[in-house]
Amino acid sequence: MATKADITRRWFFEQCGVGLGAIALSDLLQGAAPVDALAPKKPHFAPKAKRVVFLFMAGAPSHLELFDYKPQLQKFDGTLPPADLLKGYRAAFINPSSKLLGPRFQFAQHGQNGAWVSELLPHTAGIVDDIAIVKSMATDAFNHAPGQLLMNTGTMQFGRPSFGAWVTYGLGCESRDLPAFVVFSSGSKGPSGGNSCWGSGFLPTVYQGVQLRGSGDPVLYLSNPAGVDKQTQRESLDSLRRLNEMRLAATGDPEIATRINSFEMAFRMQDSAPELMDLNRETKATLELYGAEPGKPSFANNCLYARRLLERGVRFVQLYHEAWDQHGNLVKDLKKNCLDTDRACAALVKDLKQRGMLEDTLVIWGGEFGRTPMVQGGSDGRDHHPNAFTMWMAGGGIKPGLVLGESDELGFNVVKDRVHVHDLNATLLHLLGFDHTHLTYKFQGRPFRLTDVHGEVVRGLLA
Amino acid sequence: MQRGCLVALMLSLGVAKGVEKSDFVHDIAPILARSCQSCHGAKMQMGGLRLDARAAAMKVIRPGDADSSELYKRIAGIGPQARMPMGGKPLSAAEIALIRNWIAEGAVWPDGVGAVAAEVKPHWAYVAPRRPAVPGGKSANPIDAFVQARLAKEGLRPSGAAEKATLLRRLSLDLTGLPPAVAEVDAFLADKSPRAYARQVERLLASPHYGEKWGRWWLDAARYADSDGYEKDKQRQVWFFRDWVMQSLNRDLPYDRFLIEQIAGDLLPNATQDQRVATGFLRNSMINEEGGIDPEQFRMEAMFDRMDALGKAVLGVTVNCAQCHTHKYDPIKHDDYYRLFAFLNNTYESSIAVYTPAEQVKRAQILAQIAAIESDLQKRMPNWADSVRQEKTRWTVMRPDVDDISTGGQRYLPQEDGSLLAAGYAPTKHTVKLTLKDPPARITAFRLELLNHPDLPMGGPGRSLDGTGALTEFEVQVGSAKVKVASATADIRLPEKELAAIFFDKSKKRRVTGPIEYAIDGKDETAWGIDVGPGRQNVPRQAVFVLEKPIEAAAGATVTVLIKQNHGGWNSDDNQNNNLGRVRLSVTSDEGAVAAQQQSFSNWRTTVPEWAAENSRIDALWKEYPAGTSQLVMAERESRRPTHVLERGDFLQPKNLVTPGVPAFLNPLPAGVTQPTRLDFARWLTAREAPTTARAAVNRVWQAYFGTGLTATSEDLGRQGEPPSHPELLDWLAVEFMERGWSLKQLHRQIVTSDTYRQSSNVTAELLERDPANRLLARGPRFRVEAESVRDIALAASGLLNPQVGGPSVYPPAPDFLFQPPVSYGPKNWNENKDDQRYRRALYTFRYRSVPYPMLQTFDAPNGDASCVRRSRSNTPLQALTTLNEPLFLEAARALAERTLRDGGPSDAARIGYAFRRCVARAPTDAELAELMALLKQQQARLDRTQAWTMLARVLLNLDETITKE
Repeated sequence: MATKADITRRWFFEQCGVGLGAIALSDLLQGAAPVDALAPKKPHFAPKAKRVVFLFMAGAPSHLELFDYKPQLQKFDGTLPPADLLKGYRAAFINPSSKLLGPRFQFAQHGQNGAWVSELLPHTAGIVDDIAIVKSMATDAFNHAPGQLLMNTGTMQFGRPSFGAWVTYGLGCESRDLPAFVVFSSGSKGPSGGNSCWGSGFLPTVYQGVQLRGSGDPVLYLSNPAGVDKQTQRESLDSLRRLNEMRLAATGDPEIATRINSFEMAFRMQDSAPELMDLNRETKATLELYGAEPGKPSFANNCLYARRLLERGVRFVQLYHEAWDQHGNLVKDLKKNCLDTDRACAALVKDLKQRGMLEDTLVIWGGEFGRTPMVQGGSDGRDHHPNAFTMWMAGGGIKPGLVLGESDELGFNVVKDRVHVHDLNATLLHLLGFDHTHLTYKFQGRPFRLTDVHGEVVRGLLA
Repeated sequence: MQRGCLVALMLSLGVAKGVEKSDFVHDIAPILARSCQSCHGAKMQMGGLRLDARAAAMKVIRPGDADSSELYKRIAGIGPQARMPMGGKPLSAAEIALIRNWIAEGAVWPDGVGAVAAEVKPHWAYVAPRRPAVPGGKSANPIDAFVQARLAKEGLRPSGAAEKATLLRRLSLDLTGLPPAVAEVDAFLADKSPRAYARQVERLLASPHYGEKWGRWWLDAARYADSDGYEKDKQRQVWFFRDWVMQSLNRDLPYDRFLIEQIAGDLLPNATQDQRVATGFLRNSMINEEGGIDPEQFRMEAMFDRMDALGKAVLGVTVNCAQCHTHKYDPIKHDDYYRLFAFLNNTYESSIAVYTPAEQVKRAQILAQIAAIESDLQKRMPNWADSVRQEKTRWTVMRPDVDDISTGGQRYLPQEDGSLLAAGYAPTKHTVKLTLKDPPARITAFRLELLNHPDLPMGGPGRSLDGTGALTEFEVQVGSAKVKVASATADIRLPEKELAAIFFDKSKKRRVTGPIEYAIDGKDETAWGIDVGPGRQNVPRQAVFVLEKPIEAAAGATVTVLIKQNHGGWNSDDNQNNNLGRVRLSVTSDEGAVAAQQQSFSNWRTTVPEWAAENSRIDALWKEYPAGTSQLVMAERESRRPTHVLERGDFLQPKNLVTPGVPAFLNPLPAGVTQPTRLDFARWLTAREAPTTARAAVNRVWQAYFGTGLTATSEDLGRQGEPPSHPELLDWLAVEFMERGWSLKQLHRQIVTSDTYRQSSNVTAELLERDPANRLLARGPRFRVEAESVRDIALAASGLLNPQVGGPSVYPPAPDFLFQPPVSYGPKNWNENKDDQRYRRALYTFRYRSVPYPMLQTFDAPNGDASCVRRSRSNTPLQALTTLNEPLFLEAARALAERTLRDGGPSDAARIGYAFRRCVARAPTDAELAELMALLKQQQARLDRTQAWTMLARVLLNLDETITKE
């Protein structure tokens, strides 16, 4: 019996504070590897960023109405684009040879760098000196689901791990009682890529994103069922633990110790998650900064949850706001979307900054592609466009106040400092302390990575 | 270029200075060891090359002639091929110079330096398995001989047999996915005969639940799901495939046959419905129908997915690397991939109606009765064909331009016959605008044909789930002026009918289909309907529209046709379209055009007024005809679709054409097969000399029993895969499997009757230290059961389980918000079953790919995005929350409590024992019983009796042991 008690003790010791991501021992082929797959890990080199919040503007916002100011496009409004430009170009809905549509909103210069920002984004305009605007993004996909997958997993094919999964695989999680990778969804729809946008692909499933929500149980099945109060829950768990310990002593299987810890962690989460999600604990000033209203689900609330999660050691938060697919109603819907998101995005950056968190938190804003300079429909829509679009990043080693790259005068192609999705991912991983070519996982006999066989770190983006 | 110059410079300097003669050991070997041998060495021989052995290395070295030595050319980056080391840092100019000199001087490689290998040995998995000798000669079960021989070598001894109750629970979970009933345990405990265990094995192998458990094993690999994937992720009906898998396993269809039917069942002579259903395996790929897609792009994605599934599920070889380039580690060339691809690349994306056995009987009866009536009628009028009106109108097929904007995102793909095939996104309302190219000088009438196509649901001619559609309005314009259509005729005239519920568009209008006049009445609510009902609805149709005044083409005037299709539902992200699937437009300048009637007797008889009675009898019979269920299947095209090698796997970058063929490192196709088909391909995969097929299968079966395969990387037996822990055992099992007629049941029998399997899974500290993952098998398997069994155990232990086998997928409780935006892309149906369908086994839970069922996802079930042959096995707090708090688990706890109070015996101790055994089969120890008694007492102090027992049952259902196979 002594030996079995030893095992128990040792496993408890080794798993002290086991995280949310225990993997069955038999899953670890090498055997003696650590059991807690989400224990904090060191990256390849000293990181600039320790955590990530990705504001995913799903549906693909129009770069031409928000950041990429094109007076020439205005000038050529209503004319056909040059035929040369369209050679080999594939559009989703429109005949590529459709008339050009000038930007539908006014732009002005802001900040010390004089960055052009649309009138739709007054709050973002106020933080241009803290963010880096990349006007030279490019992708390969021009349909939503593949575009979102490419942005998130580095490929248009299903079955690969997402960015958040790679990051938590590489870094583990600082939080002992919250998931490492958290996802929120707002807007008019869920993301086109579905769960695969935050999936773990062939990585162990503990690395997949966990969806939280701002109303009801933030985590599925968090609350005790009706008729089970806290005392009963505690008493039940105590009894369960003692029974599991007996079985551990009888069988010697350390997996039981992990199970015991999982239940204890679940119990702690039952306490910590509601506290986390209680926005009434924020000051009025903070709520106003974000435009958040407790009890009323919104993108703004999600931004505030994001900050609260990051503060508590969550590694990766991704907020999907799927609303940006303006094939029509460009003017009306862009206004609405910007009202829904602009203030909260800027607030998040400001809030992280004032709390001293921005310097090691990476904030990313953007969608899966851009929109055509050509019109779709009469005069109030744009089609999908992969050749050029705009994203912005802040914090975590990103050079503040930067405007990187240029598209051509129509906003059609990138003409300077092209940043492909793979380059972006390589750069983000670099800031997190990873050589993107060495953050790999062997599957089907091949070391896979987020950037597939591509990607160059964009040095110009680094602070 | 610069580097080349530098090398030359170095060389010339070297010569000028009179470099000393190179020393292989000192100068060359270290470079090879550092930069080359990780890929071209003892462990790995990429491209079949090793550079750690003289004889083998000389394949790329021509002593005395550096410039024509492949080794030099590749490290110097000369020639078209990628520079070596591939993916690594190039050698320095000085090092390249050293190697060049060494070769030029004769490439002296002293004896005794490096490994002795003249040839690269073929990789173990690429040589067909031969039956190895069983260690120690004869053995009751050779598995034990192999395992024990290895244990002896390691100085370890096997564990003793597991206790009977634990063993029966293990066996039941392994063969059926369900725990044993208490009575079954009692019967086994009471059975003292030496055949007692064998009897249990046979009982469980014969259980219909065997097919459910092992069906799921295959469905993972077959990436089964009940939805299309991508953003729409619409429901699809493929449960016939799921049931076919299950039933095939239950009747122990030989595994080779099982594969052949799934890959090419449609090509078997006189293919049965089942054999066509089986081909759903390849069709389980996802379909992207988001707006504005190029259907060909996603057909190719589906093809890649099929290749991946074949690689993982059947071959156990990573083929998909070669989609973009020649495989780096395994000998699969880029061309090889596309030659394999070509076997599959000649099918339609087809779906058919399939019928349950009862429906099939009914269908046969109805068809026979109709045939009898018709044959009787025909006898009365043998010359009926003479009275069929012959087509007199001369029609010219138009090939109009499609206005892209007008399609609402649907693609209209031009076909060879001038028709347009609808594909991709299917908007529920749109008006496509067709502009005639070079319209003839005079047009008196238009003809719109609705045609079938195998890519359409049920073959079309519409795009609705049933393959029907509706024409809301047909309009003609010259320039911007509308041209009046005076009259319309069609070959089908149905009475007015309200739209089916699926087409509800949230408007208050009464929307109907009916006769062809509805397509020219200018009303948005009325449409020409073609849905005759099951059995007759998937046939071509036509309508003719005669203009009030002929169009006399003024020079330059454009003639456009607007085909309005507004009779779909409100949600274009669901299966609510009612579109036309394939249309062909023709014009005539003849007068008096009318729609040609179908030339069949079945149609003609309806025009004979005297036969009204017979006609209505037949109509009544058709009304009884079963609708069937749709199923995705493979259907071969008549003409071969060309297959190109694709640069980097990009379908927009086709390179050379290839024909179907197999890679040289695997078994050859049978001699004499000159134009191999998909069926030949299936037979090749399952040939006795196929080196990996049987090994991959037995390895995955082994993995299911022991947690890890004999080779852990069950998806990859190739060079990068893990070498097997027991290579001879793997080969022995593979050969035995094939020679016993590829019987999976026999394989299971072989494994579960071994002592190795029956060992106790208890582990000592010493053994745990020595072999934490139990690869040596000195103990029995102990690990958490798969997601489906976690649910099934709770249902079975509580007595709630509805054991019904097969049928459509079901909707157990799930939070509504998961299926609504903004969590789900579009609103999804989840009509929670309120009856006992909610207690069906987890296998039957409806699987949306984009919104996986939470309980199953939390316990690591794959979502069907891609083939999965090895699940993760995590142990997380989210799992604890699920088993503690998820509604169905709580229902199970309550039901277990109620049942226990009813049937559990006279005392609390007896009742606790009863409930405990329902969960884990064995009786509780004294300490466990005491703990549970204390819990009960504690809870009864605060709760009523049933509540207290429910809390106790909840603890039991949450025990690690309850969700673990011990």
